[in-house]
Amino acid sequence: MRKFPKMLATFCGISLLAAGAVGVQAKTLIYCSEGSPEGFNPSLYTSGTTFDATSRQVFNKLVEFERGTTKIVPGLAESWDVSDDGKEYTFHLRKGVKFHTTKEFTPSRDFNADDVLFSFNRQFKKDHPYHKISGGNYEYFNSMSMPDLIKEIVKVDDNTVKFVLNRPEAPMIANLAMDFASITSSEYADKMMAAGTPDVVDQKPVGTGPFQLVAYQKDAVIRYKANPDYWPGKAAIDNLVFAITPDASVRYQKLKAGECHIMPYPNPADLKAMATDPAVNLMQKEGLNVGYLAYNSLVPPFDNPVVRKALSKAINKEAILEAVFQGAGKVAKNPIPPTIWSYNDAVVDDSYDPAAAKKMLADAGVKDLSTKIWAMPVQRPYNPNARRMAELIQADWAKVGVNAEIVSYEWGEYLKRSKDKDRDGAVLLGWTGDNGDPDNFLAVLLGCDAVGSANRAQWCYKPFEDLIQKAKIVSDPAERTKLYEQAQVIFKEQSPWSTIAHSIVFEPVRKEVTGYRIDPFGGHIFYGVDLK
Amino acid sequence: MISLLLKKLGVLIPTFFGVTLVAFIFIRLLPGDPVMLMAGERGMSEERHAEMMQVFGYDRPLYEQYLSYLGDLVQGDLGNSIITKRPVLEEFMTLFPATVELSLCAIILAILLGLPAGVIAATRRGSAFDHTVMTGALTGYSMPIFWWGLLLIILFSGILGWTPVSGRISLFYYFEPVTGFMLIDSLLSGEKGAFLSAVSHLILPSIVLATIPLAVIARQTRSAMLEVLGEDYVRTARAKGLGPGRVIGLHTLRNAMIPVITVIGLQVGVLFAGAILTETIFSWPGIGKWMVDSIFRRDYPSVQGGLLMIAAVVMIVNLIVDLLYGLINPQIRHTD
Repeated sequence: MRKFPKMLATFCGISLLAAGAVGVQAKTLIYCSEGSPEGFNPSLYTSGTTFDATSRQVFNKLVEFERGTTKIVPGLAESWDVSDDGKEYTFHLRKGVKFHTTKEFTPSRDFNADDVLFSFNRQFKKDHPYHKISGGNYEYFNSMSMPDLIKEIVKVDDNTVKFVLNRPEAPMIANLAMDFASITSSEYADKMMAAGTPDVVDQKPVGTGPFQLVAYQKDAVIRYKANPDYWPGKAAIDNLVFAITPDASVRYQKLKAGECHIMPYPNPADLKAMATDPAVNLMQKEGLNVGYLAYNSLVPPFDNPVVRKALSKAINKEAILEAVFQGAGKVAKNPIPPTIWSYNDAVVDDSYDPAAAKKMLADAGVKDLSTKIWAMPVQRPYNPNARRMAELIQADWAKVGVNAEIVSYEWGEYLKRSKDKDRDGAVLLGWTGDNGDPDNFLAVLLGCDAVGSANRAQWCYKPFEDLIQKAKIVSDPAERTKLYEQAQVIFKEQSPWSTIAHSIVFEPVRKEVTGYRIDPFGGHIFYGVDLK
Repeated sequence: MISLLLKKLGVLIPTFFGVTLVAFIFIRLLPGDPVMLMAGERGMSEERHAEMMQVFGYDRPLYEQYLSYLGDLVQGDLGNSIITKRPVLEEFMTLFPATVELSLCAIILAILLGLPAGVIAATRRGSAFDHTVMTGALTGYSMPIFWWGLLLIILFSGILGWTPVSGRISLFYYFEPVTGFMLIDSLLSGEKGAFLSAVSHLILPSIVLATIPLAVIARQTRSAMLEVLGEDYVRTARAKGLGPGRVIGLHTLRNAMIPVITVIGLQVGVLFAGAILTETIFSWPGIGKWMVDSIFRRDYPSVQGGLLMIAAVVMIVNLIVDLLYGLINPQIRHTD
């Protein structure tokens, strides 16, 4: 028995050594990620966890989001021109950009137009030799309607590429900054195809990004090293390690013990302790998302905007923020979050007023209304506890004489059934922005084309539709802003949703980390980060 | 022995095919389809949905899907994950050593502590030690694994700083896996301190995973010992003047071991179930976590393949246990 304390002391020494090493090897940044990537080609997947491990470290896009903002800046394209009719986008590519040199591949040339064509045509053309490799499922490319939008992609010369569209689409540039638009090496793809191992391209990525993949041990660790030839300059850290740690409380313990420097998605219950932890800097930012309750505007009495507005006024959103978001949220008044340009702050929210709501319902001839509230079975940033939220709304509505039953289904079923045009009841759901463009919220979730799919309110209202369609084809940002601001006013008058909340994203990082910025898209980007 | 083995295999093979059917049907009984889950809030058109279902072959009648699955299975092909697109067998074999390593450590710990605790508790029935073992076993058996794991992490890793929080080895050691067993690979790597780091990472997860089997083994050993200690031949052995060591070691323990071995065999299934939670808490890259993720994503090939492989392992372990009976008790050998 006497040996036991000795044994513990040995292990104690080891763990302290490991902990201490974090500080000693100052240029290795350890990120305790929440899960494993599905693969290493971002165009094949849609999850943020996969994008964190791929597009946000290994690849570049033609245009990029400025770190920590939704502003578009040049990436692999130094500049671009848009034709007068808004149907042709010509990109002038950056020269002298090098692809990673790996065990499998040594590039013989710099990045050029062939790589752009390869990266997009693989997703776009069904007869492309790489289209079906690794399952051939380009869900993001498809869901952003790129196959309908793009007519052709033309190589003008080695350093110029032209995208020809079927119709003008102002959010096109923002779309090209998204993860699926990452540029991969066509020379590497050709080499792997010739070797009979084309799928290696999607497992051992070669990009132009700030970090290159060294090794991936499934469900355990991802190791990267800084790309010495990165075109804006080598990263301040030499090595980047993802320690895959699925449990949020364990991630915090690792952060405290110095086993990692940055962790995502903290447990709300740990936030108080993190805020007072001397080793931790608890960063926060409003998320690019909105949580809402969508009425079915095709079914009476919800086809009457007065009824929808009355029900909105009956909901005590502040109480929801307190009980469901535990303070990590902000009341939503518009269908887009405040971090997106064109957010109309002049819009006045429906104040919580049960008496007025009751009167409005009575004036609209609605008596003894019975309905359903759909509660999502999963946790989402825009709604951490839909069941609880539904219960609070149920109680609020009971006060104005509305009897609501809460229903829920398995997540896949929920998404499917909630799209039905004859759906009974109001649906709790939400959205996280893809590209920082208001169109990505307003047209995708409230446009007439989306009725029967992503438009859960089944709301097609011409004055609103005209504005968002016009904003799609106008390229002047000031004019687009005006159109979207007006659209938000109409949205509020019509209330197809009760907008509930925008979440606040928290990211605890250790104090020795400098230069880290929270990404509004929920990503984790480590270029520009250093260790003291 | 050979006839016994053949007889057991005669039962195992149809059971194995029964498992393929159960695994195939159960995952499809869960509501929701994998394509809808992949699309999430973004959704997809009916046409795109149909196209994707066709790509995966899920638009075909169930019996056709099952027969094609069986056809691939007899050729050793478990299919490809619809999420990672990698072969299921390859993913399973990458993760399985981690689960085996943890489970082995846990079961060894449970046997090393549970058996002597049960024996001593039985021989000192009613003593303070007996009460302590029984109370400890009941507590261990009822312990919610997730809570228990977090508690140990907070105490030993967070407050005392004695053990690492999670993972299989310190991130500062990096070598290519050879066997997949970290204890062996760390030794093979030749890196100074790697083996000790691997051992230190095993301590807490092994304790957590061993908790329930330990409790079960201690209780079973105690009750089996008590039963045998009351037998006439034990009284005779004592009357013949044999010392307590020989009475317990030779006459009692050997006979009491039969139900204990059965329980240990059954604990293999319990270990796999426990591994799901233990692996999640300790970020242990094994098959437990992988299976849960696959179920949530409706990754049919991974769930089917994983269940099948786990069932095969459990069946093989139980076959070994059956064969062990014969070695321990010759009477069982004769009757077979």
